[in-house]
Amino acid sequence: MIDILKNRIKQGYRTSKFPGEDPGLPERFRGRPVLRPELCVAGCAACVDACPTRALEQRQPGDEKGLLALDLGRCLFCAECTAACPEGAVTFTKDHRLAASRRGDLLVTSEEARLAESLGQEMRRIFGRSLKLRQVSAGGCSACEAELTALGNVVFDLGRFGVQFVASPRHADGLVVTGPVTRNMSEALRIAYEAVPPPRIVIAVGACGISGGPFIGSNEQLGGAASVVPVDLFIPGCPPHPVTILDGMLRLLGRLKENRVREASRERGGETKNDRDAVPR
Amino acid sequence: MSPTSRFASIRNGEAVDFSKVPVVSVEEFRSSILKMAATGHRLCALVRDAKKDRTAGGLLAVLADDAGGKLFLAASQPMARYPSLTPDLPQAHLFEREIHEDCGIVPEGHPWLKPVRLVPPDKVAFFKEEGAEIHEVAVGPIHAGIIEPGHFRFQCHGETVHHLEIQLGYQHRGARRLLSAGLDRRSLAVAESICGDTAVAHAWAYCAVWEALSGCAPSLRAEAIRAVLLEAERLANHIGDLGAISNDVGYLPAAAYFGRMRGDFLNMLMLVSGNRYGKGILKPGGAAFDLPDEMRAQMIETVKRSIVQVREVGNMFFGEPSVISRLEGVGVISSKVCDDLGLVGVCARAAGVDRDVRQDHPFGLYRFRYIPVMRLDSGDVFARAMVRFLEAQRSLEFLRGLLGHLPEGKSAVPCGAPAANQIAVSLIEGWRGEVCHIAKTGRDGKYEWYQVFDPSFHNWIGVAMALRGGEISDFPLCNKSFNLSYAGHDL
Repeated sequence: MIDILKNRIKQGYRTSKFPGEDPGLPERFRGRPVLRPELCVAGCAACVDACPTRALEQRQPGDEKGLLALDLGRCLFCAECTAACPEGAVTFTKDHRLAASRRGDLLVTSEEARLAESLGQEMRRIFGRSLKLRQVSAGGCSACEAELTALGNVVFDLGRFGVQFVASPRHADGLVVTGPVTRNMSEALRIAYEAVPPPRIVIAVGACGISGGPFIGSNEQLGGAASVVPVDLFIPGCPPHPVTILDGMLRLLGRLKENRVREASRERGGETKNDRDAVPR
Repeated sequence: MSPTSRFASIRNGEAVDFSKVPVVSVEEFRSSILKMAATGHRLCALVRDAKKDRTAGGLLAVLADDAGGKLFLAASQPMARYPSLTPDLPQAHLFEREIHEDCGIVPEGHPWLKPVRLVPPDKVAFFKEEGAEIHEVAVGPIHAGIIEPGHFRFQCHGETVHHLEIQLGYQHRGARRLLSAGLDRRSLAVAESICGDTAVAHAWAYCAVWEALSGCAPSLRAEAIRAVLLEAERLANHIGDLGAISNDVGYLPAAAYFGRMRGDFLNMLMLVSGNRYGKGILKPGGAAFDLPDEMRAQMIETVKRSIVQVREVGNMFFGEPSVISRLEGVGVISSKVCDDLGLVGVCARAAGVDRDVRQDHPFGLYRFRYIPVMRLDSGDVFARAMVRFLEAQRSLEFLRGLLGHLPEGKSAVPCGAPAANQIAVSLIEGWRGEVCHIAKTGRDGKYEWYQVFDPSFHNWIGVAMALRGGEISDFPLCNKSFNLSYAGHDL
C-alpha cells in the first residue's frame, strides 16, 4: 500500500491540457501538409513519383485549384515527397488537425482547407455529452488500434469528454473502423454496424481505414470503411496521433468551433483561438 | 559426412548466389532437414520456391544454428507431393499448412492440413470434442476490447479447457504479394504496416534484405540509430504489455503508470522519426534522419528518468503478493514445447529457452554491443511478465550507454539495386521475437518472391498449448501475456 502511495505521489498529475493548450509536438512531427506549387520547376514530378500511395497528384496548368493536390486520405505522412522535392514545394507542418467530415475535404490544395464539421443539432443533442463507441479492426496493423487504446490512458483521458469505448456494438452509438477492410472481415464489419442501434455514426481512422493506405489496390481488401458502411468522420494518418483523433472527435461533437485552416495559421502550425472554447466536462 | 555439408551456409543478413544453394531430391531434402534438426538446428523457415501463386514448385528450408550463429539453406526439386515433415518435426506444422494453402503441394501424412489465412475463417471445419458435459465456447472475430480480429474456439469440460483452436485470417491484406511485386515505391510502407507495433523491426528486416542483396553496408552510425529505435520500440511494447497485464489482473495503479510510461517511448520514437511507431525513418542504406546531439541529450534524460521509474513501478507491481498469486502457475508452457514447436522471443525465454537473435545471430550494432539475454524457467504468465520487466531494464541500460557514445559518420549511404539470382535472409529480434524476411531475386534483379515471418506466426500455437488444462477464465490474461499480432500472422 505504501508503495502505491509513494508511486502515486511521484507520478503526479499527467493529463494533457489539450485542447486548451498546444499539444507540444516535436519538430519532426509530420502533421498537416502545405503545398507551394509556385515553387515547382516545370516538368518536375519527383514528389508524385516518390509517393508510395499516389496521394499526390499533379494537375494541368490553369486548374484553378493549383498545380498540386495531396489526398490526406491516402497520405502515410512518410515524407518521401519532401525528401524527393528539391524546391521545398511539399512540407509538413506540426498542425495536428487533419480530420474531415467528407472524403472530398481531405484533398489538400494550396487553398484553404476545411476541417471536420459538427453533427447536426439533433445528433449533437443525443451524442454531444455522451458518445459510446465500438472499435472494429478490419485489417488494421495495430498501430491505429494502439493509438485508440492510448486515448484511454491518463494523458489523453478520452473519458473526460464523455467519449468511451464499449465492448458491444449494441451498447454503442457508433463504430470506429481501422484497417483497409479485408475481404475476410467485411461481413463481420457489416454485422457489427447493423447491431448498432440508430442513429449511429461511423469514424474511419487511419490511411487504411479511409483509402486502403499502403494496401490500395490489393485484391484482398476493399479500400477502407466507406466500401462497407457510411462514414461520418475521416481521421487521416499512419497512424494518426492521439490528439489528431481527439481533435476530430471533438469537432464532430461541435466542441471545437473553428473549422477552417487558413494559410496564416498553417504557417504557425498552431491552434486557432476558438479552439480554446472546448472545456472538458 | 556432416549433415551441414548438404546446405549452403550464410550468416544473418547475408546474401548468397542461388546457384550455391544445393537443390536435391525431396527425399534427400527431407532427410537432411531431419538430420539437422536432430543435431539441434531449428527450422527457421520452410517456404515454397516458385515464382507464381498456385503453381507447384520446390521447397526451400532455412535452418538456424543458434549456438553457432549460422543459417543453412537447401532447396528441393519441384514436386506435387512429398512425405510430410510434421510427424517427425512438429516445427514444420504451420509452414507445411501455409505451403499447401498457397500452391497445393501436399505434405502427405500431415496431421491436419487446415487453411492458415486465405480462406474466410468461418468456412473452416473446427475440431469438435464430444461427450457428456463437454461444451464449446466460440469467441471472435470481434473481441471486447480495442484489438485485432481472430477466432478462438474452446472445447471445455466445465471450466477446464481441453483444447483451444485458433483460426486467423481475418487480417489478410495481401502484404506478401505486394512485397513480392517489389521493389517498388510502396514496398517499405507495406513492410512497416505488416505489424504496426513492430514497424521498426520489420522495416529493419526489409532494409537488411535489400542491403544484403545489393552489397550495401550501412554506416555504424546508421546501425546505432536503428538499434536505438528497435530498443525504444521494445521498451514501448514491453512496458505497455506490463500495463495491460496489470489491467487484466485488476491492479490499476500499475496499469495507469505503465500505460503512461509506454507513451514516453512512443514519444521518443516520434522525437527521432516524426511518427510514434517509428514509421518513415528506416531506409535501405541507413536512416532518413540523423540523431543530433541536442536530441540525444533529451533522450538520455528520458532514459535516465525511466530507469528509476520503470524499476519503481515494476517493484510495486511484482511486490504485490495478490498480483504474484494471480500470475504464477497460469498458462504454463515447457521449454520442450517451445523447442518442439519452434517458439521464439519472450515466451520461449520465459520457459528457459536461450534464444535471442541479438545474441545468436547478431545483426547491425549488436555485433559490437551485447545485450544480456533474460531467461526464466517457469514458462507461466508470471515469467512472461517478468522477462518483459527484465528486458526493459536491459534495453534502458543499453540505450543509456549507446546514446552517450554514438558512433560518428553519415546516417545514410546510397543503396543500389539488388543483384540478380541471389537469396538473402534477415533475422531481427523484434520485441515479440524473431522477425524473418527472405527474398530471392530473379535474372532481372527483381524479387521472384518475398517471404515474411512475424514471431506471431510461430507463437500462436503456444497460446493454444498454454491454455490446455487451464481455466477458460484465464484466457484473457494468458493471451495478454503472449500479446501476439494477428496482422503479422495474416500478412
